[in-house]
Amino acid sequence: MTIKNILIIGATSGIAEAVARRYAASNCNFALVGRDSAKLDVIASDLTARGAAHVSVQQWDANDVSQATATVASAWQNLATVDLALIAHGSLPEQARAEEDLDYAIEQFRLNGESAVVCMLALAQHFRKQGRGTLAVIGSVAGDRGRPSNFLYGAAKGAVEDCASGLRASLFKQGVNLLLIKPGFVATPMTAHLELPGLLTASADQVAQDILRAVGGGRDVLYTRWFWRWIMLIIKSIPVKIFKRLSL
Amino acid sequence: MAAALASGEGGTLAFGMGRSYGDSCMAESDHVVATAGFDRVISADWDNGVIVAQPGLTLGTLIDMALPRGWFLPVTPGTKFVTLGGAVANDVHGKNHHVAGTFGCHVTRLSLLRTDEGIVECSPKTNADLFQATVGGLGLTGILLSIELQLRRVESAYVDQCAIKFGGLDEFFALSAELDTRYEYAVAWVDCLATGRQTGRGHYIVGNHATDGRLRIAAPRPKSMPVDPPFSLVNGLTLKAFNALYYHRQRAARVTSVVGYDPFFYPLDGLLHWNRIYGRGGFQQYQCVVPFADAPDAIRAVLSEIARSTSGSFLAVLKRCGGIRSPGLLSFPLEGVSLALDFAQRDAANASLFARLDALIHEAGGRLYPAKDAHMGAAHFQKAYPAWPRVEALRDRHLQSRFWKRVTQQATTS
Repeated sequence: MTIKNILIIGATSGIAEAVARRYAASNCNFALVGRDSAKLDVIASDLTARGAAHVSVQQWDANDVSQATATVASAWQNLATVDLALIAHGSLPEQARAEEDLDYAIEQFRLNGESAVVCMLALAQHFRKQGRGTLAVIGSVAGDRGRPSNFLYGAAKGAVEDCASGLRASLFKQGVNLLLIKPGFVATPMTAHLELPGLLTASADQVAQDILRAVGGGRDVLYTRWFWRWIMLIIKSIPVKIFKRLSL
Repeated sequence: MAAALASGEGGTLAFGMGRSYGDSCMAESDHVVATAGFDRVISADWDNGVIVAQPGLTLGTLIDMALPRGWFLPVTPGTKFVTLGGAVANDVHGKNHHVAGTFGCHVTRLSLLRTDEGIVECSPKTNADLFQATVGGLGLTGILLSIELQLRRVESAYVDQCAIKFGGLDEFFALSAELDTRYEYAVAWVDCLATGRQTGRGHYIVGNHATDGRLRIAAPRPKSMPVDPPFSLVNGLTLKAFNALYYHRQRAARVTSVVGYDPFFYPLDGLLHWNRIYGRGGFQQYQCVVPFADAPDAIRAVLSEIARSTSGSFLAVLKRCGGIRSPGLLSFPLEGVSLALDFAQRDAANASLFARLDALIHEAGGRLYPAKDAHMGAAHFQKAYPAWPRVEALRDRHLQSRFWKRVTQQATTS
């Protein structure tokens, strides 16, 4: 299946932009949705220079869940048909602050969990009618098991993962593929303030390369980079009695 | 962002691909502003070949976009793994310096972020003094936000190349006089271990963009040097063997061929991490330019000195620079001959050799290239680049490199 028309929600995110650049080289059409319209405009002209055939942009703050359905509908309309939709928006909450400031915790949980889930459901409605295509959503290795250092983020991504699992089984019967992308450490603007371990940290472009391959191969779940599957397997298999004593 | 720049301790500096060989890309504070990711094309006019881009865009990526549309870089250095910002800050030059001048000659507008004035636009016409200080200004006049560049039309991704074997320096100068007017690109690879009458033997390589209309190349995957060997693979023995082989591999006096733009312009980019052959100690590059009048004698003296030291590199690059003036106050090339070569890092030996070479260069009115330099004395720098106080006057007070500190603030003895 060749990818020609691509819809991206959270198009200014580091991973989304890297994915878009890789597809731009093969003359794709894009509908980009994001919060910062100035950034969207620069990304649109950049993608055009890199070979994209047509790029439309649409401003939407992912916190405004009530407008999700309308936003998805109008972005979809810009492309008429969609071969790939990518949900990439999110933030990395500060765990310590979230445990003190509950308003902050709720806002972050809604952005990373609820908002992504609503986008998935809205896109699924269009994909069902179309009867083909790939719905890709960015989860996280953090969704595999809540850890003391960032379980609020992990819980939101875990919600995305469970929703993706059910929705995948439902969409599969209608010819639509759902890909859950689970990145580990990636050097992007979202993580720019963190000290990430060099050996375990991928560039956005490496992750994008993995994503393109997974989309092309019709995969269900992608750990990127690949070694995170094994790291998370170990973390998941630690017995609770021991796990609660650790500060991972 | 301007506030963030001003809040740090000591001067910072924009940092691109880190391909400057010396300390001109290192900030005084050891904290840099990385431009990776600040690499978008803001606008592209493919009818006229004018692009406006953010400074982190690499020349390689720009070629990937421009070449299929019939455009190429107006000037390119020997690697495409550098950023647009770095190309401006070092006012890089290439094999077509004799007909196209430096990179900065093709930059039509710059936008800078300064901690004192905020966003400032400059061009050869507006804020010309800031423009002149920024082209070749080693990143000291502000953080580049965008660069407008005039590209060059090409009809092919290939180059019609001619390689000519020559036996010594006199022949180099004769070939340069004969061929540089007929070819846009010209450079010589010289065996710097050859002595006596063979001093300066090598290959003269010239080329013009082909006109066959093939704008795409099926690119092979670059090979990579996988590890740092425990010792430098570049030593007296390997050097002599390699240089002799390189010189003799071409049997005919003149060989013409059609080659892709990659092997022609970027032969070393084909081996990623090629610098690892020097081992953990690394290498130091020495690049100088000498005014034309004194060039034959000075280059001969420099090459003899290097041959005697037997520590020279695989190959030296010799290139005739033309008289097209760069707008940049600190631009390196001048009408004359430029010589560049690598030395495996051996502190004491290099220091004494470089001191002897420096003396020869400065006596001939030549100068060293800040982008490659790690040893130049303040006195030599200030004499060779007399416009440096004008750049210092326009330097953003929150930007400072180790190089600039070394050559401007050091006591002027050396």
